[in-house]
Amino acid sequence: MDIRLQQADYNRAQGEASMSLTGKRSHTQRIEVLAESVFTVCAFFAVFAVFAITLYMIANGVPAICRLGVREILFSSVWKPTAADPSFGILYVILSSVAGTALAVLLGVPAALLTAVFLAEVAPRPLAAVVRPAVELLAGIPSVVYGLLGMLILNPLMYRLEQRLFRGSGTHQFTGGANLLSAALVLAVMILPTVISVSETALRAVPEQLRASSMALGASRIQTIFRVVLPAARPGIVTAVVLGVGRAMGEAMAVNLVSGGSVNVPLPFSSVRFLTTALVSEMGYAEGLHRQALFTIGLVLFGFIMIVNILLHRILRGADGP
Amino acid sequence: MTRKVNYSASLCRHDFGLLHARIKDAVAYTAIYLAAFYAVLVLAGIILYVFAKGFPVLDLPFFTTVTSVVNGTVGIAGNMVNTVYIVVLTLIAAVPTGVGAAVWLNEYAASCKAVRLIEFATETLTGIPSIVFGMFGMVFFGTTLGLGYSILTGALTLSLMILPLITRSTQEALRAVPDGYRDGAIGMGATKWHMIRTILLPSAMPGIVTGILLAVGRIVGESAALLFTAGSGYLLPDVGSGLVHKIMESGGTLTIQMYLSMARAEYDTAFGIAAVLLCMVLAFNLLLKLLTRRWNRISR
Repeated sequence: MDIRLQQADYNRAQGEASMSLTGKRSHTQRIEVLAESVFTVCAFFAVFAVFAITLYMIANGVPAICRLGVREILFSSVWKPTAADPSFGILYVILSSVAGTALAVLLGVPAALLTAVFLAEVAPRPLAAVVRPAVELLAGIPSVVYGLLGMLILNPLMYRLEQRLFRGSGTHQFTGGANLLSAALVLAVMILPTVISVSETALRAVPEQLRASSMALGASRIQTIFRVVLPAARPGIVTAVVLGVGRAMGEAMAVNLVSGGSVNVPLPFSSVRFLTTALVSEMGYAEGLHRQALFTIGLVLFGFIMIVNILLHRILRGADGP
Repeated sequence: MTRKVNYSASLCRHDFGLLHARIKDAVAYTAIYLAAFYAVLVLAGIILYVFAKGFPVLDLPFFTTVTSVVNGTVGIAGNMVNTVYIVVLTLIAAVPTGVGAAVWLNEYAASCKAVRLIEFATETLTGIPSIVFGMFGMVFFGTTLGLGYSILTGALTLSLMILPLITRSTQEALRAVPDGYRDGAIGMGATKWHMIRTILLPSAMPGIVTGILLAVGRIVGESAALLFTAGSGYLLPDVGSGLVHKIMESGGTLTIQMYLSMARAEYDTAFGIAAVLLCMVLAFNLLLKLLTRRWNRISR
């Protein structure tokens, strides 16, 4: 059916083309030029968008730095934006984001890698047919749903653990379970699908001969996977991890409700505020310098993400080359 | 004699080494199976928990009314309408642009540098977190263009976010169209635009639709980019010209309403919305699976 339809299209195309020979040429040509220029504009739209976003983030993020000075805002740890004598140090916010992301990657990546190994190397077909759709579905679950469950299931558990660990401690501030560790655990689940699917692709791209040679030398299946296949897939796995870092760093809504939200030294059991959650929870009411400082937080976040992106670009281009 | 002892000792060691390797293998297999089991368990846990808590909340008024203290109703009708508005407007803005970009990249682009630049920009857009899109949208569409907190601001912001998705899936689909189609059309005298319109785009349609479905899934689940762009209005639009004016009014999607309910500790409503959202996610996934399977069969 497809072929017949296309045949008809061919015929019509021919008809129009021959018509264009008899005088409609300029009209057709004009349409051609128009089409090409419209497509060109569409294509460069992404470039415009990235350019505009970069410009706006810098233009809005820099004023606070200029007014307060780099040391006062980036390297000071006191964040009291609404106090009578306000101070806007975001050092702890930055450190919390870094610590939370690192912890999430540390917790999430091993599980994700093993699952990818399962899908690409080990799983019998029927089991893979269950696990793969499950991973795809995990990717589709909205982040607020993760936040809701983290808040109502994880936080109470964490609170119990906290009570046990810090019983009798006079200095510990109890957080009700909303702390850095909870946020990292939620993030660890949220980066699973990305890391799993990218590293599975990488594992599948490893040539079959490598496995065959390793097995022929007497290595077991597991030895082959861990000594041969995983090292061979390293660029792809690094890509997966970097993508995971980007996702964890940029996640806002899910962690906002499970991380507590006061600006603190990022310790596992203290309530923390991330770059993203500061934006989510304060942007609504911030004014004046506070708002500008929030845009600086946005700029820092944007800077981190751009570093991640450029890193990713480098890795991908390196992998494409030799 | 001594030789024999040595021999058996080394044999023993060999056996032990083998046993050791076996144990290691078993441990590794266990870890691998546990990890995969864990992923499935997390998903099943999430779905079951949300459904168990959410379904009791769902009744007809929940879908047909808006939350109102006066009438004593709790409902998400307004949020559902907002979600539909945002999805439609976002797609109207992003699909033509994304498809056009893919066509240019695949069919027109002659300079390698331009292609690399555009692909880098597209990759970068993919990596930018939604909260940053939200801030940009708030300042650019909301303040600079003067659209304020409105559904239109939210939709335009989201259209930047899903642009890479549409571009990439269209590009992949276009790449899969055999060159013979192009040569055939051009050889018969079709102009390039005509060839694209009548041959390439129809052939690439499955890929484009896949991209659109993925995009709809992302829009429905998005929250951070909408909080400061589309705002949190939850009322139903007036029938008539109100339907058009609604575009310029604030409107919170289901996810935004869910977030606000959580923040206000109205967990029943939150779970109700979560159950609705999960149903939508499941439905999209199923639809995508069915369509892909069908198209694969046809092309085979």
